[in-house]
Amino acid sequence: MEALINHLESLSKEEIKRYSRHVIMPEVGIEGQRRLKAASVLLIGTGGLGSPLALYLAAAGIGRIGLVDYDVVDETNLQRQVIHGQSSVGKPKLDSAAERMRDINPYLQIDKYNVPLTSENALELFAPYAVIIDGTDNFPTRYLVNDACVKLGKPNVYGSIFRFEGQLSVFYAKEGPCYRCMFPEPPPPGLVPSCAEGGVLGILPGTIGTLQATEALKLILGIGEPMIGKMLLYDALEMSFTTIKVRKNPACPVCGVPAEEVQLIDYEQFCGVPAHDRSTFHAETSNGSQPMKTVTVRELKARLDAGEKPLILDVREPHEWQISALEGTLRIPKGDIQMAKNAVLAGRKLHEETVLAQIPQDAEIIVHCRSGVRSADVIRMLQEVGYQGTHLSNLSGGILAWAREIDPAMATY
Amino acid sequence: MASIKIPTPLRAFTGNQATVTVSGGTVGEALSDLVATYPELRPHLFAEDKLRTFVNVFLGEEDVRFLDGLDTPIAADANLRIIPSIAGG
Ligand SMILES: [Zn+2]
Repeated sequence: MEALINHLESLSKEEIKRYSRHVIMPEVGIEGQRRLKAASVLLIGTGGLGSPLALYLAAAGIGRIGLVDYDVVDETNLQRQVIHGQSSVGKPKLDSAAERMRDINPYLQIDKYNVPLTSENALELFAPYAVIIDGTDNFPTRYLVNDACVKLGKPNVYGSIFRFEGQLSVFYAKEGPCYRCMFPEPPPPGLVPSCAEGGVLGILPGTIGTLQATEALKLILGIGEPMIGKMLLYDALEMSFTTIKVRKNPACPVCGVPAEEVQLIDYEQFCGVPAHDRSTFHAETSNGSQPMKTVTVRELKARLDAGEKPLILDVREPHEWQISALEGTLRIPKGDIQMAKNAVLAGRKLHEETVLAQIPQDAEIIVHCRSGVRSADVIRMLQEVGYQGTHLSNLSGGILAWAREIDPAMATY
Repeated sequence: MASIKIPTPLRAFTGNQATVTVSGGTVGEALSDLVATYPELRPHLFAEDKLRTFVNVFLGEEDVRFLDGLDTPIAADANLRIIPSIAGG
């Protein structure tokens, strides 16, 4: 493929020295390094994938790097988000990342966008950049990044991780398939846990993020075989790298129509989950019309203080109960409820008796988890097997909200 | 026997098996054998008798949607895999 960047920036004597290990390779050379300096890359997310991406792209001499993230650094990030450190806890991720990048390489323009990426701002944010890199952590934003890239004719360097597995591809509709050709529809809410719920090997985003950075450089320089029309599947436990083909779907609703007809939609509605924790999106119940009942931690506290004893169902995992838990709760992990629900729907009785029998049909139940996402899934599952939506409430913000607003001494994770 | 590689998010339904051996002469028969062994997996893969649209099944490096779908014939030692949608970052 031809180099994505065709104009060249001049390099100072100091820059030529800095990049000498690049410059002496004929595949890069002075010309390639000048291309890298002329290039512009937008990183969506400065978390797990975004950390190695930002570090290596800065070191490699990409002239202009944009960062989109509205989050602040917290301790649970530091297991994998290696651009941030203990001294950055509580600081905006953008500031923490930009400071480290400037220390690595002062010859860069760094643009900071301290906002959630939305259908309203995506096109404007993407417009000035030649390459978009998807390092987000949720389905709605991934579909949004894809669709905006297709509309603008820009390559989307895609990486995604879960537990010990990673995926890498370059979705570039001008030259091949897009994300929707491979994944036309998101999985139903709750099927694929997020990393916050399911966990992730801390090193995994380092592996996948550095591969994304490699693909971005190859596109800019026009060297090698880009991962267009292919997807790399990485399994850290097997230490296997497998490449599969991704075909362009002629009926793709996004890259199968003229770019100017591509419309950015409500991706939270499309995926049935919020894109970020500042979202106002609330998942609808399975019947689609009745909003899920919620209770705030302050309301729950007031009721407990008044002597009420509503049944509280904690659907987190046993290792999470050990970190912190509300008193007197019924504890059944979401996975067990999901298995029981599937067994019931498949016409089997086994789990129905052992798991669902513990959850009364006729009582009010307040369901809670860590942050309120899994408990919303459980409410949907219980409704699928016949529980009344009016009896079920989701504890907004989960035990994290309880720790923040009611019991600051409680351990969080 | 053909084998099917199960992605992490679905291993909860295969007793944590990463690879399951199955019998059958087509992709559809192999998947039917899989969900017969692990019935809890069925609703995640099938709606009625059709593969759900978010489920990607690959035979070797090819997406079976671009072959003959569930009717695609498979060799006795075929390697099938279910590719998950994952979104972590
Ligand atoms: Zn497409």
